[in-house]
Amino acid sequence: MKADPNLYGYWPYINRPKITWPGGKKLAFWLAPNIEFYELDPPANPNRKSWPRPYPDITGYSYRDHGNRVGHWRLMEMMDEFGIRGSVSLSTAMCQHHPEIIEACNQRKWEFFSHGIYNTRYTYGMSRAQEDAMIKDSIQTVFEATGQKVRGYLAPALTHSEHTIELLAENDIWYSCDLFQDDQPQPLKIEGHKKLISMPYSLEVNDHYAFNVYGQSAQQYSDLLIRHFDQLLEEGGDSGTVMCIPVHAYLIGRAHRMGPFRQVLEHIAAHKDDVWISTAAEIAAYYRDHCYDAALESIASYRKKGE
Amino acid sequence: MTLPEDYLSYPHRKHGMDHTLYPYSNLFERKAVHWPESKTVALWVTVCLEYFPLVPNDGPVRAPGAMVTPYPDYRTYTAREYGNRVGVFRILKVLDALGVKASFPINAAIATRYPFLLDEITKRGHEVVGHGVDMNGVSAGGMDPAVEAAQIKEALDVLRANSGQPVKGWLSPARSESENTFSILAKNGVKYCCDWVNDDMPYTMQTPSGNVLSMPHTYELEDRHLLTVLGQNEETYQAQIMNAFSLFTQESKKYGGRILHLSLTPYVIGQAWRIKTLKEVLERLVKSGHVWTATGDEIAQYWQAGQD
Repeated sequence: MKADPNLYGYWPYINRPKITWPGGKKLAFWLAPNIEFYELDPPANPNRKSWPRPYPDITGYSYRDHGNRVGHWRLMEMMDEFGIRGSVSLSTAMCQHHPEIIEACNQRKWEFFSHGIYNTRYTYGMSRAQEDAMIKDSIQTVFEATGQKVRGYLAPALTHSEHTIELLAENDIWYSCDLFQDDQPQPLKIEGHKKLISMPYSLEVNDHYAFNVYGQSAQQYSDLLIRHFDQLLEEGGDSGTVMCIPVHAYLIGRAHRMGPFRQVLEHIAAHKDDVWISTAAEIAAYYRDHCYDAALESIASYRKKGE
Repeated sequence: MTLPEDYLSYPHRKHGMDHTLYPYSNLFERKAVHWPESKTVALWVTVCLEYFPLVPNDGPVRAPGAMVTPYPDYRTYTAREYGNRVGVFRILKVLDALGVKASFPINAAIATRYPFLLDEITKRGHEVVGHGVDMNGVSAGGMDPAVEAAQIKEALDVLRANSGQPVKGWLSPARSESENTFSILAKNGVKYCCDWVNDDMPYTMQTPSGNVLSMPHTYELEDRHLLTVLGQNEETYQAQIMNAFSLFTQESKKYGGRILHLSLTPYVIGQAWRIKTLKEVLERLVKSGHVWTATGDEIAQYWQAGQD
């Protein structure tokens, strides 16, 4: 075990090379619906329990199943209204369980990135080869179901190993949503010439954190998202920022939350002259081509003594 | 230690659900339901009457609200009793004033310990719903099926004998089930169950012993969850209920009638400083003119009739 994961260099949020998003936009916005499948009876992982109650724990299972039966369709209809394409954090077994949802998203040209196979299969305890096989399976599954090449990753249930980041680079992944140290993308330390970046996924504005960790109401969550957006837009004038709203249809798609969430999308749409409403893969592609090299050079100037 | 190789095998990775209780269904592709008098939203109020023994069970699932301190936990025991002595009568007064018929999931222990309270419920025409023997009578995976079957049967027998009602609905204590629960419920004549929170409308649970309707429980708007677990205030509680009502009203124009379920806990919403919030929010809903206030059994029957 390491005291420092050593995945990125220290890079203070001042004097960075200026990012200007396509069309001169200041803020790149992306919306990440987590479309997940939680198994009712997953195999045990010695490092993390899947459900608090013995099988069948129908309370947690049914809570999440609401997203696929109800919430997803509600959220997708609202995103259609605002012309927002999702960048889907996908439990890729959804391609087998509920292809109806995958097809509807794919028709809308939403992006899919890998969130593992199931959100009840944890990386903890996997060998490097097992984790690699799981990642490859997820990439292949999305390709077969949608024709899309997976460019991003968020570890299932945010469970990581020391190998996760290097395996992403080896599997030609462009961006990782697993690290939360910044509001701008940045290169990750990878051997060789892979351009893997860390993409801001903004855990603190994740609906799960808002509702189930901080106990906020729908209106509080909407208000904080709007404040978050306003601040990042202001800062984006100095150098382009990224705002992600990570959501779960089983949370945001509940009847009492959709109205307040609409206010957020209305607010963002009202600023579209300054905002690049995009997908994570498009942001990553632009960053690789236009921002990556300058960022590496800038980060190098802050190297620790002796590095 | 690395995981066994079968950690990467996925036996249920195929179309549909990973169990056989119900098939997948998209809410927005179902047959629309039309409530009586063209109302857009069925308002379904449930009020749980629960008895928490001073000695909590030591099984794998302890019901929320159970004793927490070392024995004897007088503070929790009496705080729950407050609901059955004081809070519930405040709620009944609000329901009376607005003419709202509700469904009351009731532990059998309430019926035998407090027959006066059960009569107050039934003489007003509220629906009695099975809710276990007491809050220690929790179903859970791995328990002896005979023990579970006996405690469910006892709970229903006691309620049926003492209420004079057929008792067709069921809410499991702690909403906890074993893999046999639905089968046992079907065998005991239960027509609907409100444990699952995965839908906004009824759907059918299939068991070898028969079908049971799953009625949409709205845990996310439960008074206990919002006010005591998440620590939200009464204004926020009310605003979110009205937000749900507003969305359901909109959806009903395109997709047919919806159900707004409010799960009430006498020891929570029946507190002196909270009861006016309940009165206000129910008044707003009832006076909107768009709601059909009905019991779970009425909603289930009406919905079922519309499916044929």
